[in-house]
Amino acid sequence: MEAPGDSSSDTDPRQQAALNFKAFLLKSSTKTNQNLYDHLARVLTKVMDERPPNAVDVFEDISLQVKANQLQDNQSTLRSIPENNAAFALAQEQKALFIRGAGDEQEEGMAETPLPNLVEQSFFFDQAEVGLGREETQRIFLALKQLVDTQHLQRCRFWGKILGREANYIVAEVECRDEEEEQAEETQKDEEEEEARDEDENDLLPKSTYKPPPSVPMEARSSGTNKFSYFVCREPGLPWVRLPDVTPAQIVVARQIRKLFTGHLDAPIITYPPFPGNEANYLRAQIARISAGTQVSPLGFYVFEEEEEEEAEEGARDNFIENPEFEGIPVPDMVESLSTWVHHVQHINKQGRCVWVRISEKTEEELDDEAEGEEREEEPDEPEPEVGPPLLTPLSEDAVVNNTPPWSTRISSNLIPEYAIAYVRSNLWPGAYAYASGKNFENIYIGWGLKYLGEPYTPPMPPTPQQEYPSEPEITEVLDPSVEEEQALKAAPEDQQLSEEENEGQEEEEEEDD
Amino acid sequence: MDSDALYCSVDLVCGSGVTLSAEHRAALQSSLIILKRNMNFRRVLFWGKICGIKNDYFIAQGVGEDQIRDRKSIYSINCIDWHLLPPATKALIDEVAMAAKGRFMGDPSHKYEHETQEQEEGGQTTKVKVNEEQRLAVTVFTIDNEVAVVPRGAYIKNLQGIAQPNRSFEGLNPSEAAELSNYLHFSESRKPRKKNIMEMANLNPSIDFLDPLSEDIPKGSWIVHFEHGNRVCTIKSLVWQGLTFFNLPMTPWHGYLYMGDGLKNVDLSFML
Repeated sequence: MEAPGDSSSDTDPRQQAALNFKAFLLKSSTKTNQNLYDHLARVLTKVMDERPPNAVDVFEDISLQVKANQLQDNQSTLRSIPENNAAFALAQEQKALFIRGAGDEQEEGMAETPLPNLVEQSFFFDQAEVGLGREETQRIFLALKQLVDTQHLQRCRFWGKILGREANYIVAEVECRDEEEEQAEETQKDEEEEEARDEDENDLLPKSTYKPPPSVPMEARSSGTNKFSYFVCREPGLPWVRLPDVTPAQIVVARQIRKLFTGHLDAPIITYPPFPGNEANYLRAQIARISAGTQVSPLGFYVFEEEEEEEAEEGARDNFIENPEFEGIPVPDMVESLSTWVHHVQHINKQGRCVWVRISEKTEEELDDEAEGEEREEEPDEPEPEVGPPLLTPLSEDAVVNNTPPWSTRISSNLIPEYAIAYVRSNLWPGAYAYASGKNFENIYIGWGLKYLGEPYTPPMPPTPQQEYPSEPEITEVLDPSVEEEQALKAAPEDQQLSEEENEGQEEEEEEDD
Repeated sequence: MDSDALYCSVDLVCGSGVTLSAEHRAALQSSLIILKRNMNFRRVLFWGKICGIKNDYFIAQGVGEDQIRDRKSIYSINCIDWHLLPPATKALIDEVAMAAKGRFMGDPSHKYEHETQEQEEGGQTTKVKVNEEQRLAVTVFTIDNEVAVVPRGAYIKNLQGIAQPNRSFEGLNPSEAAELSNYLHFSESRKPRKKNIMEMANLNPSIDFLDPLSEDIPKGSWIVHFEHGNRVCTIKSLVWQGLTFFNLPMTPWHGYLYMGDGLKNVDLSFML
């Protein structure tokens, strides 16, 4: 080893240069107080410890990581406040789902509960390739139980999930035990009274004689389109909100517009034609349309209570009960033919109701025409004797849209057909599924809430401008005569009068002569 | 999504309601590995499912050296027998655009025809014939081109200009995961918009060589949701309804899947 002082002239400049360079490397950066020498040492130590493959390709990232680690050490003396982010808030809400209610007793669990067995249904739906994931289904199950416990329900069913832009809706279909129709009627009457009062105040202004065409009355609760009520929530664990009943006008407009849901129930729906309501009404209208179009059951599961030959307008068609003698249709038959599946929700007609109603202001002729028109529409649903009136029509009668059959049937497994289930998928409402296996069946809708049109959507045109009043000469505008014309007009009769007087004078003279 | 992680990733994208049955999952696990070996792919990805009227198509993609350009698509009806899809050339894309309408039938040999009247003196009508396999190839290619998504930083452009997975990608943190500008289109950059100096300052040329989602038109065609108790960040496309991209913040786990009917949503501007 040579002492540094004794080195020969050859190595000295190089060693000196090396020492200089090392000093340069050891110089601390003015900004971060670190030096390159220590940093390189740390990076190489890290590479030595971890031995990453292809280290040269990721070298820069390793260097960045080492620097980042350095910085974190300096900040450890401060305590960080835990962030209250959205995940934490939701977890708090959902924790409540898992707490057993105070009033729960063991006996209640044994009695018949309106709560559906969602776990069993999700097992079948999973075979049909439909589902929301096991944990999510479990949370929804618990949320439904919460709903059933807080509201007095006769029946409850998981209807499905509608996806939205900012949040989704989880929808439950329920049938309430209490009749709350009176509340709805009262609110309507209040609105009418308010309108009457406004009119009295404005007595001084001339009232227009225009009366808007009368609106089609809403169907009463627990009949027709309002047979069931719907509750929605954003995420399982958040409170359930009841959706308002649907009016026929809303259904008619919902058929003409195409809009995605945002996830906020009070969002306005700005479309042409204008939708009478906000997103909660639009959601309810779409749910009604989807239910009417896609809720199906195996043939024979539901039967009518009584068979009446003369069909009254309401009543007999609406009621059906479960058939206690239903044996189940073998799966291959259900997959092969669509006539083994029937609709069990009433179809909504053009008016927006399930049961057609007369609107009194129209003339008798129009009424008769419409009545015949509606009957003609319902007659093709008059089925072969086996099926019964339009309520339980088989799927094979459904209309074809744009060369696409309205339903696709599948079997869940080609390899093990003995234990497979049959399921149908709707092509009109993508997202609607139904499965059947023996005596079990269920429907579900998971989708965006929009119908399949087949062709690109075109919004309806605005109506043609109304006819103006016919132009008659009394109201036709004419230019006012100018001063010269008026004087000319005055001059003309004066000449005429003069000439007439002259004539009269001549006549008088003639008469006097006589 | 990567076929290696298929069994747990499918549960993360089922927010839209479409999943795979246990039988299909099991079949895919076996057959994708066999496929990877037989066709000598670097990675095999399960791309998704296109639902037809009579049958569904399951689609996988094999990736070679270049992750963006070197992709081959394979389809199957029963998850066991796989067939290679023809490459989507420009001519084929135009033909399919003219001829194919409506839903997929489910039969790969189904023919779509379209007669075009040429307004020439002769008045010839040329028939454009396309079969469903070609339509499938073009659809898969178009969807990849338009809506394939990766998080920013997951892929690095190396010195040869080839995109490769970034092995030191640690994932986005939750606040970054909610921003659309942190997600990039995984396809050839189409609109190299001139960015001003302020925007360029934050960009890193090795990872920002793809277009971010925040510059897509119409704005609002991407939906960012946090699902599964707000832990999984999913991004859904409204232009191709059914495409879901998922990633778990703070982990490098990400992927995308298309489960739908293979139709582009042209009414989007009315729906927003």
